[in-house]
Amino acid sequence: MTSLPKTTEKKLGLVIDLDICVGCHACAVACKEWNTGAYGAPLSDQDAYGAEPEGTWLNRIHSYEVTPREGAAQIVHFPKSCLHCEDAPCVTVCPTGASYKRQADGIVLVNEDACMGCGLCAWACPYGAREMDAAAGVMKKCTLCVDRIYNENLAEEDRVPACVRTCPANARHFGDFADPDSEVSRMSAARGGMALMPEQETKPVNRYLPPRPKDGAGAPVRLAELAEPEAKGFLGWLDKALARLG
Amino acid sequence: MPPLDEPALDLSPKVSDEVRKTTCYMCACRCGIDVHLREGADGSVKVRYIEGNRDHPTNRGVLCAKGSAGIMQHYSPARLRKPLLRTGPRGSGEFREIEWEEALEKAVEWLKPIRESDPKRLAFFTGRDQSQSLTSWWAQQYGTPNYAAHGGFCSVNMAAAGIYTMGGAFWEFGSPDWERARYFMIFGVAEDHDSNPIKLGISRLKARGAKVVGVNPVRTGYNAVADEWVGITPGTDGLFILALVHELLRTGHVDIDYLTRYTNAPWLVNRSPGERFGLFARDEKGRPLVWDTATGQPARWDAPGVVPALKGDFAGPDGGRVTPVLELMARKYLEPEYAPETVAEACGIDAATIRRIAAELVEAAFEQEVVIERPWTDWKGERHERMIGRPVAFHAMRGISAHSNGFQTCRALHILQILLGSVETPGGMRFKPPYPKPVEIHPTPHSRTQPGGPLNGPHLGFPRGPEDLCYEEDDCSPGGCCARIDKAFTWENPLSAHGLMHMVISNAAAGDPYEIDTLFLYMANMAWNSSMNTRGVMDMLTAKGEDGEYRIPHIIYSDAYSSEMVAYADLVLPDTTYLERHDCISLLDRPISEPDAAADAIRWPVVKPETQGEGRDVRGFQTVLIDIGARLGLPGFVDDEGKAKYADYADYIVNHERRPGVGPLFGWRGEGETTGRGRPNRDQLARYVANGGFHTAHVPEEAAHFKPWNAAYQDWAVEMGFFDKPSPYAFQLYLEPLRKFQLAAEGHGPRQPPDHLRERMQLTFDPLPVWYPPFADADEAEYPLHAITQRPAAMYHAWGSQNAWLRQIHGENPLYVPAQVCNDAGLEDGDWAWVISPHGRIKVPVRRMQAVNPKTLWTWNAIGKRGGAWALGEGAPETTRGFLLNHLIHELLPPKGDGLRWANSDPITGQAAWYDLRVRIEKAEPGEVSEPHMEDQESPVGQGPDKLAYGEEW
Repeated sequence: MTSLPKTTEKKLGLVIDLDICVGCHACAVACKEWNTGAYGAPLSDQDAYGAEPEGTWLNRIHSYEVTPREGAAQIVHFPKSCLHCEDAPCVTVCPTGASYKRQADGIVLVNEDACMGCGLCAWACPYGAREMDAAAGVMKKCTLCVDRIYNENLAEEDRVPACVRTCPANARHFGDFADPDSEVSRMSAARGGMALMPEQETKPVNRYLPPRPKDGAGAPVRLAELAEPEAKGFLGWLDKALARLG
Repeated sequence: MPPLDEPALDLSPKVSDEVRKTTCYMCACRCGIDVHLREGADGSVKVRYIEGNRDHPTNRGVLCAKGSAGIMQHYSPARLRKPLLRTGPRGSGEFREIEWEEALEKAVEWLKPIRESDPKRLAFFTGRDQSQSLTSWWAQQYGTPNYAAHGGFCSVNMAAAGIYTMGGAFWEFGSPDWERARYFMIFGVAEDHDSNPIKLGISRLKARGAKVVGVNPVRTGYNAVADEWVGITPGTDGLFILALVHELLRTGHVDIDYLTRYTNAPWLVNRSPGERFGLFARDEKGRPLVWDTATGQPARWDAPGVVPALKGDFAGPDGGRVTPVLELMARKYLEPEYAPETVAEACGIDAATIRRIAAELVEAAFEQEVVIERPWTDWKGERHERMIGRPVAFHAMRGISAHSNGFQTCRALHILQILLGSVETPGGMRFKPPYPKPVEIHPTPHSRTQPGGPLNGPHLGFPRGPEDLCYEEDDCSPGGCCARIDKAFTWENPLSAHGLMHMVISNAAAGDPYEIDTLFLYMANMAWNSSMNTRGVMDMLTAKGEDGEYRIPHIIYSDAYSSEMVAYADLVLPDTTYLERHDCISLLDRPISEPDAAADAIRWPVVKPETQGEGRDVRGFQTVLIDIGARLGLPGFVDDEGKAKYADYADYIVNHERRPGVGPLFGWRGEGETTGRGRPNRDQLARYVANGGFHTAHVPEEAAHFKPWNAAYQDWAVEMGFFDKPSPYAFQLYLEPLRKFQLAAEGHGPRQPPDHLRERMQLTFDPLPVWYPPFADADEAEYPLHAITQRPAAMYHAWGSQNAWLRQIHGENPLYVPAQVCNDAGLEDGDWAWVISPHGRIKVPVRRMQAVNPKTLWTWNAIGKRGGAWALGEGAPETTRGFLLNHLIHELLPPKGDGLRWANSDPITGQAAWYDLRVRIEKAEPGEVSEPHMEDQESPVGQGPDKLAYGEEW
């Protein structure tokens, strides 16, 4: 069993805006691209060009069709990666201490040197956010790009996770949830940011902004004004319109 | 220091040895990329990772899934390594590797004699080619009339309708005003065309609380995040748009001031029967006239001080009666056939929704007017104190374009924009330099050949009337021979501004209008997903004549990868990957400009091909083309002594001048400080590299809006070299060139269409946008459903199938079937179904879906692959369960019993009518493999490796 820090100085995490996520997979691929050459073992791919290609990904996009009681069906795109829970069951279940939560910033990491590949943490995670790398035999998970966010070899503006850096729809935001004035805290408060499956009592750090209501009539429009023009139809209206122009 | 029980981490590991900035080519959007290079375990330079270039005008730092998967494309096992000469039968994929010298001499051996005798025996067509200003010029110097790129099966309706109507089109040449728009509608846009800019833009709109409306039969991608989804029935967009026009006119909500100043709304149309009926009244110099209410006389449309009438019946200058365009429009669109109630059922949109959307458009355009306090002066010299705009913007793509009524539908959309006064005004749609440009300064098509000499002018252009059609000996009577193999610019499709690539192989195999000798293709997978009737095309490519020889004697193909088309080539010229090549994204072609800046860009070899894989001996296609041009002695490719003028494509990019001082790149000309016109600068490419691979020139503030009429913009455009003198013009609500063809169809004029086309031309060549049912709707009773494809955001080219990462996202493509259709046919998720069209049947896996128009089946495009292609292994899902809808679509309409070949194309532009497809669906027996299943081809590059662990060494 591995213990969690009582508190962390920061609570780094992501805000993911489901209202604007178009499901393009840019974040997932950028994540794989950065991380396969970064922290720990590469993210390998098996049967890469064959019948059942399957590789390790730290972030995957799920698309759901939602049919409301009234109105047209909708598609919601749902990117999912480690939520860096405050009460992370994947850490406490780890028999070797490989899985741990950083006291400084709350990032949940796997120390691959100590990981024996037992897979208990993946069973314990209610979100399915960990993937065992088939080639290296160690557990892989989102590191919040811990090797980017403090990296002095990168320009300061690039010290964000690869998924945030690349998102074309600006649906992903990175910051410190321990700071109520941070952009992510304020955004989450303003838009009703949701924790995923709170009943699991894992206290996830990441927040999802729910989609705004759709297919409504939008701002009220004075439909009455669109009634038949008073006199002589369009051509009659034209005279008046021209007169107004002078 | 970390706590004692935490391992020490290196938080600042080395990222890369060097960053090189170039242009992406994972799709056609041309984003800027930072390629991080790092030494690999073997000491070679490898790509560590690729990210978006923050300074780049197109993507501003972001990058899509495709772009980030570039590593897997660059190191794809499907890369061709060396030139190939066919050894087995065509289609088998059996080749031997040859040296470049042998390959180039072989090409010359085929190309030289036909140039000397009859240059049209070469058909040279390119696919997603971003070097069309070079390839077209090469074809022109060679002398064949048979050149075009892939626009004819992509989106020529969108492009041509835009240019004919308003002097520019969407995407590369126009963009919504993302900063100011309040209401944004997208029509027929899947997740491509364009990719990152639309995502960036929608995000900005939504952040501001602007409304986004997606009009599309399928609610995925951009349509999924739209605030409102209009799940329209395919092929009815024109009807929906004209119902919106009906509502605007009925309620008197159009921008009269804008229409009067900037469009042909006041132009006088001849209404007296005869050969000029429906043409504009013109003065003695041919200039269009309006009725000046101040003087009660006709006056030149652009004369200062004129107050033109917008309605009325007047005596024209030549005695007949004349009426302004706007009155004709009002009379037409106020008819009940365009009322929301009339169109609702056909469109699958209820009348109340149509009325509400019309009201919302009006509210956004007129109640939320945008005002920029910035004076500007128009071309007549009138000063305007401020810029007033209508914050309604539109974007549209293939969904409305790839129909047999697509040209008129695209026209209708532009008319709607113009009626609202939202084109080139703040908040609306804005052109990107070098556009706007009126039709008048575009070329007309050219097709006259001469043995051993160049063509008489550029191939592609914009016909003004029947006089510009392309027939041999100028004989366009029924006995005349089409000048071009694709029959572009003929009565069948007079305004085919992008050619008809989809008809080339079909016509060449049929010897109709004539036989060719060599088919030369670049980057176009015509033996698979880029053709209608794929099986038929494969047969045409292998068809033999009575003499036992192939009907198309020689096929040369250049591609970077082992595609399906490679197997059908006799000679394969292996191209580089996009990280190994020079390119220019040129203002002469399709640049990367934004509304506030002209911009062009380069690609350059950020890595050298020979270091990027064992035995790799490939050359950039454009360099090869220039080499072949020199070996053939083509004008412009050799100097006075007959020696090669350009060493390679990079040399051409820097030193070629199309007009004095105007070359492929507009940045750093002359001494290095000149933008636009200037003599060649040998340091030019180095300057581009140092600047991140692109150059921008900002549009002066005063010139930023109202560009077609803005004197400051016109002067700046001349200075930049976009055109040679100021070229202001009026938007064409009423399109006179169409009326000229209609008059011919009515029997007027010396050039007459064949009788069987007259009735159709009278219907479809209406000078005001009109809606008519897609031609395939004739089969509605037996085939009640529509079937369409769209491209997934993560894999928008066929190339994606070889990409080890992207194929894990889209490795197969089920057919998505509306829930009610599933219920009626007894289909459940995972079942197989037969989908049957008038042309063929396919057996496919089914998935149930609700967020789709109830009459529409759909699937992802170009996922299905032929076994043996793309270095895919045995049983790859792309080759088993994956499928192409293409097998259901024929390049011709079903025979009508009149013995004629009716093309499955738009009758105006010839655009392939992919989305007209009509089908029915039946439950099939369970299966493992989709039908039809093609026999495998041999892979000239072997199969990809089983395991990947990219980046291991770092």
